[in-house]
Amino acid sequence: MIKILSVIFLLVSHTVAWAQFRVEVSGVGLTQVPVAVAAFRGEDGATQKISAIVQADLERSGQFRGVDTSGSNLDESSRPDFSVWRQKNADALLAGSVTRLADGRFDVRMRLWDTVRGQDLGAQSKTVSQSDIRLAAHEFADYVYEKLTGDKGIFSTRISYVTKRGQSFNLWVADADGENPQSALASPEPIISPAWSPNGRQLAYVSFEARKPTIYVHEVATAKRRLVANFKGSNSAPAWSPDGRTLALTLSRDGGSQLNLLDLSVAGSEPRRIAQSNSIDTEPTFTADGRSIYFVSDRGGSPQIYRVSVAGGAPERVTFSGTYNISPALSPDGRWLAYISRISGAFKLHVMDLSSGSSVAITDTIADERPSFAPNSRMLIYATQQQGKEAMMISTLDGRIKARLAGQTGDIREPNWGPFQK
Amino acid sequence: MKRSLVVLGIVALLSACGSAVKLDNVPVEDKSANFGGNASSQGTGAADGSAVGKGAVASLDLTKSNQDAAIQSVTRVVYFDYDSFAIRPEFQSVIESHAKYIRSDKNRKVSIEGHTDERGGREYNLALGQKRAEAVRKALTLLGVADSQLEAVSFGKEKPAVMGSTEAAMEKNRRAEISYR
Repeated sequence: MIKILSVIFLLVSHTVAWAQFRVEVSGVGLTQVPVAVAAFRGEDGATQKISAIVQADLERSGQFRGVDTSGSNLDESSRPDFSVWRQKNADALLAGSVTRLADGRFDVRMRLWDTVRGQDLGAQSKTVSQSDIRLAAHEFADYVYEKLTGDKGIFSTRISYVTKRGQSFNLWVADADGENPQSALASPEPIISPAWSPNGRQLAYVSFEARKPTIYVHEVATAKRRLVANFKGSNSAPAWSPDGRTLALTLSRDGGSQLNLLDLSVAGSEPRRIAQSNSIDTEPTFTADGRSIYFVSDRGGSPQIYRVSVAGGAPERVTFSGTYNISPALSPDGRWLAYISRISGAFKLHVMDLSSGSSVAITDTIADERPSFAPNSRMLIYATQQQGKEAMMISTLDGRIKARLAGQTGDIREPNWGPFQK
Repeated sequence: MKRSLVVLGIVALLSACGSAVKLDNVPVEDKSANFGGNASSQGTGAADGSAVGKGAVASLDLTKSNQDAAIQSVTRVVYFDYDSFAIRPEFQSVIESHAKYIRSDKNRKVSIEGHTDERGGREYNLALGQKRAEAVRKALTLLGVADSQLEAVSFGKEKPAVMGSTEAAMEKNRRAEISYR
């Protein structure tokens, strides 16, 4: 059942590995919409089962619960018997079809029903190549999610992460469900801090290939990259401004670890210092309006999270609980701050409501790292350890529903959730 | 009798080895004018380049290659306590040895690589490793090493020397390494 795809060489090579992840969803949510995703007519004839992908996407979001649809025989033109589905307690029903065309492409269609009100919530259809069937399924899941919750779905977005296997490091780009990973970079030296550009086409990251940390900006589709920071000393923690033109980063060219801004539109431009201090200042991240930066500083004696205006001025402290708070991540809607707090030696993911300042620990694990928000602000991805092995998790913001993206290609770390594709 | 024969023998040997230039015919360079600051005499001496060419001596410095060999046996690793970048007194002599070696060749380029143990976030640990590397760099510059010869960088927790989570392993990972490029 697991097929090995042939390796496709375009301008530069990508490495495609199949079915790397198994998704395990755990936890119980407060309000989960029961949705029936019926098998698509003809989906057995394609390499990907669209209904299975859609159902897994919806369940992984934590906001949906799958309803049993075995024995159903529906497609996008069927008029369902709503009473049957109401009896099964389904609030919505998705049905569709997959038809193989003469030229080898596939015609995929769907229709969504509100089974409580007996209403047609709309249809979608696409013609795609075999290799794009998964993406079409994710786009159908986005459609269902948006119709039923009012929020944009994140199922057709991408993530990046790093694996270590022996002395080999890889930077991967995968679908948001962890499937379809492709290697963007293979290196004998470590890679850390990958960060998606706002347009989803580039990754900035720190590479140790020069036997010191330097920062590259790497175009994912072509593997073309440029070295943007190799100043004296260490160069690290790249973070994109929302307009994609500036990189905030940590440099030690003036001694210590200090925040700088680098104008990417001018090659060889001089970095500009912000938030000067005699302490460690690192891990910058922009607010969605691009006007402020949250960052980590130990200017108060231990690492805490601060906020500073890009225009200048004194930084304000944001975290006050505990003696070690690092790795800030901001939700795009501006409401939440996720970060890692060390409590009695355990490193635990916390989510702070920025309007009230109150924080909640949302995991049971003790080695959590580097949270990153989904672009619809509804989920987090982070790295942790389970049974001694590094793993990637996604979670709802309240921590109630989690899914493990369990890799088989070595220790997984440094995940970063990509933006909505434009 | 024997002794005078030896002396005669030595004199004979010396005259046989003598150069074609008779000793009393060698022009003696008058260097006294140089010390007196007499510019014209100095100028005359300097203008005659052939005197400098003949006196050129190529230098073979056995002490340098001895230094290169000697530094191999000095440890390049300085260890640190948890959460600390203070250089412990027992490493002072190690740093002195490296300072002396680096000072002996102005062209020598040295990288100081700071590391941490595995506890904590990657970027914050990169910054902590940087502090360790800079502590060693500062100690070297205080001993007269030029800053331009040194680069302090950090690997954070990315390149442990010893795998494992035991205290013994972590002790060996909290370090700064002096690396001659």
